[in-house]
Amino acid sequence: MTQTTEPRRGGTRPGPAPARAPAADRAADRTETRDVAHPAGGQPDAPVAGAPGRPDGRRRPVSAPALLVGAALLLVASVVLAITVGPAQISAVEVWRSVASHAGLGTTPLTELRDAIVFDMRLPRVLTAGAVGAGLALAGAVMQSLTRNPLADPYLLGLSSGASLGAVGVLVLGVGVALPAAAFLGATGALVATLTLAGSLGALTPTRTVLAGLAVAQLCAAATSFVIFWSSTGDSYREILSWLMGSLGGATWTSVLIAGAALLVVGTMLASAGGTLDAFAFGDTSAAALGVDVRRTRWVMLTGVALLTGGMVAVSGSIGFIGLVLPHATRLLVGARHRLLLPLSALAGATFLIWADTLARSVFAPRELPVGVLTAFIGAPVFAWILRRRRAAS
Amino acid sequence: MTLEVRGGAWRVDGTVVLDDVDLTVPVGTVTGLLGPNGSGKSTLLRLVAGVGGSLPGRASGAGTVRWRGVDLLALRPRDRARRVALVEQDARTEVDLSVRDAVALGRTPHRSRWAVDSAADVAAVDAALAAVELTALADRRFGTLSGGERQRVHLARALAQEADLLLLDEPTNHLDIQAQLTALRLVQGSAGAGSTAVVALHDLNLAAAHCDHVVLLSRGRVVAAGPVADVLVPEVIDPVYGVTTTVLRHPVTDRPVLAFAATSPSALPSVPA
Repeated sequence: MTQTTEPRRGGTRPGPAPARAPAADRAADRTETRDVAHPAGGQPDAPVAGAPGRPDGRRRPVSAPALLVGAALLLVASVVLAITVGPAQISAVEVWRSVASHAGLGTTPLTELRDAIVFDMRLPRVLTAGAVGAGLALAGAVMQSLTRNPLADPYLLGLSSGASLGAVGVLVLGVGVALPAAAFLGATGALVATLTLAGSLGALTPTRTVLAGLAVAQLCAAATSFVIFWSSTGDSYREILSWLMGSLGGATWTSVLIAGAALLVVGTMLASAGGTLDAFAFGDTSAAALGVDVRRTRWVMLTGVALLTGGMVAVSGSIGFIGLVLPHATRLLVGARHRLLLPLSALAGATFLIWADTLARSVFAPRELPVGVLTAFIGAPVFAWILRRRRAAS
Repeated sequence: MTLEVRGGAWRVDGTVVLDDVDLTVPVGTVTGLLGPNGSGKSTLLRLVAGVGGSLPGRASGAGTVRWRGVDLLALRPRDRARRVALVEQDARTEVDLSVRDAVALGRTPHRSRWAVDSAADVAAVDAALAAVELTALADRRFGTLSGGERQRVHLARALAQEADLLLLDEPTNHLDIQAQLTALRLVQGSAGAGSTAVVALHDLNLAAAHCDHVVLLSRGRVVAAGPVADVLVPEVIDPVYGVTTTVLRHPVTDRPVLAFAATSPSALPSVPA
C-alpha cells in the first residue's frame, strides 16, 4: 500500500481546508438526522427511536421512497463536498467541471494539476470510501439477520481479518490469484472457522460467535502482520497498520472498480433479498413455512457476505464496526423491515465512511489517521451499548 | 378432496418420532391432533407443512402428503406456502415489528423479489387483521402485546398467507381461558370461511368443544381417528394417557366434557403399540 500525497499549498501550514472538514462533517450529520427522521420537514418531536421506550409502543409511519431518495441525495452531496476538502482548495463547481470534462460533456477543463487532484486522487478515494462503506454496512445488516445475532459484523466475526490475510498473501507473496479472489477465499475461510469454532463450543449464541470470531480475527491479524514483516523491505509497520486498521489512502480507480463491481453484483443481490430476510423474523421454521428455502438462502447469503467483504477488504484493509454501527443506527430510525433497512443501511454506510475518511485524512493533515482508528472510536461504544441493551432485555 | 397423509415417518438422529402415520382430514373441518407429550403432534404438522428440513439434528422423513389431490411435498417451497400455512408453537422474535408488519410477513410467498406491497397484499393483511379482531392494534409493536394477542397475530399471518390448509401447533399454550377460547373460535371461523384447520392440542376438553374430528397419536402412531364422539371415550383415552376418564355433558353447549382421575400405576393397562 502506498500513501497518497497531494501537492500542498503553503507547505505544512494547515490551510483553511482541513479546518473546514469537521464542520462540514457535523453539518452533514445534522442534515442526515433531519432528512431521515423527518422527511416532511416538520414535527421535530416525532418519535425517532421508536418502540422500546414508548408506553404506547407506536411508531409514526415513514414513507420508504422519500427516505431512500433523501439518503441518495445526501450521498451524492457528500461525494461532491468530500472532494472539495483537502490541502488544495477545490470548489464544488471545479469538481463538476473535472468530472464533466472526463465524461466528454465539453466543459472548460481545469488545469492539469487541479484536474489530477480531483480526478486521479480525491474522486477515486471518495468513491472507494462510499463503495466500501455501503458494502460493509450491507454485509453487517445481512449477517445480523441471518445469524439472529445483533453483534454480527464482518469485522467482529473475523471475515475482514481473513480477507486481509488473503489479500496480503497475494500482494506480498505474489501468489498467482487475483487480489479480490484471494480476499474472498480469506473471508470465507474465516467465516467457516468462526462458525465451526463457535458451534463446537455449543449452540451458536451471539456471545460465543463473537468470541470465536475474536480468536479467528486475532490469528488472521497475527498471520497478516507476520507475512508483511517477514517479506516487507522498508515501511512494514505502516503497511501492517493500514491492513489491520483499514485505510483508504491507497485508493485508485482500480480500487473503485473492484469495490464498485462487488457492490453492484453481490450488493444488489443481497439488498434485493430483504423480503426473504424479513421472513426469518420468527425463526427458521417460520421462514420455511412462508416458502423460504432456509438452507439454500443461508448458504447463498453467507457466501454473498463473504464475497462482498472480500471485495471491500481487498481495497481498504479491515475497517471495523461499519457493519455493526450503521445497520443499528438505521434500524433505530426506520425499524427492522429489511426491504427498507438493507438499501438504506448501504446508503448510510457509504455516506458515513466518506465523511469518516475525509475526517481521517484532514484532521491531522498532513499526517493521515488510518480511518479504522476513527470508526473504532465510534464503533466500540456502540458495541458496548448493544451489549448493555441485550443484558437489559434478557 | 381431503388431506391425506400416507406412511408419514420421521426419524431424528436415529430416534423414531413418527412411524407409518396414515391420516385423512375432511375439507372444511377443524381437526384436533391429540396425544401425550412426545407423541409426534408437532412433527406431523411440520411434515405436512414440508418444513421438517429446518429442524435441528440429522433428520429423515418419508411418506406422501396429498392436499386436494396435489402432492404437497413435491411442490417448490414457495408454491407450497401458498397452499399450507403453519402457526408454530410459541413463536418469538427479537425483531422490533409492528403488528401490521408481522401479519404482512404472510404475504412473502405471494411477493416477488423487488415488488412493493400490492393492493392485494394490503387487502389480505387488512382482512386477516379484521378476522382476528386486531384492526385497532395494527400499529402497535408486536413486543408490547399480550400472549393471547400475539397468538392472534400469528393466526392473522397464516390467514394473510391465503392458504386453504391451516396447521396450528398448540395455539392455546400459555394463554388464559378467555384467550384460549378466542383463539379456537377464530380457528373455527376460518374453517367456516372455507379453509381446513388441523390443530395440535393438549387440552382434550378444548378439542371436545371446538373440533369436528380428532386424531389421537401415541408414540408416533395413530391410535384412533374420527368424530369427537367416537374418539374421546374412556376406552380410547384411558390406555393412551394412563388415566381414568368420565365423559359428561356440558350443560350449556351440550358438547362432551371429560373429567379425569388418576389411575394407580399397577392398574395401568398396556398401551397399544
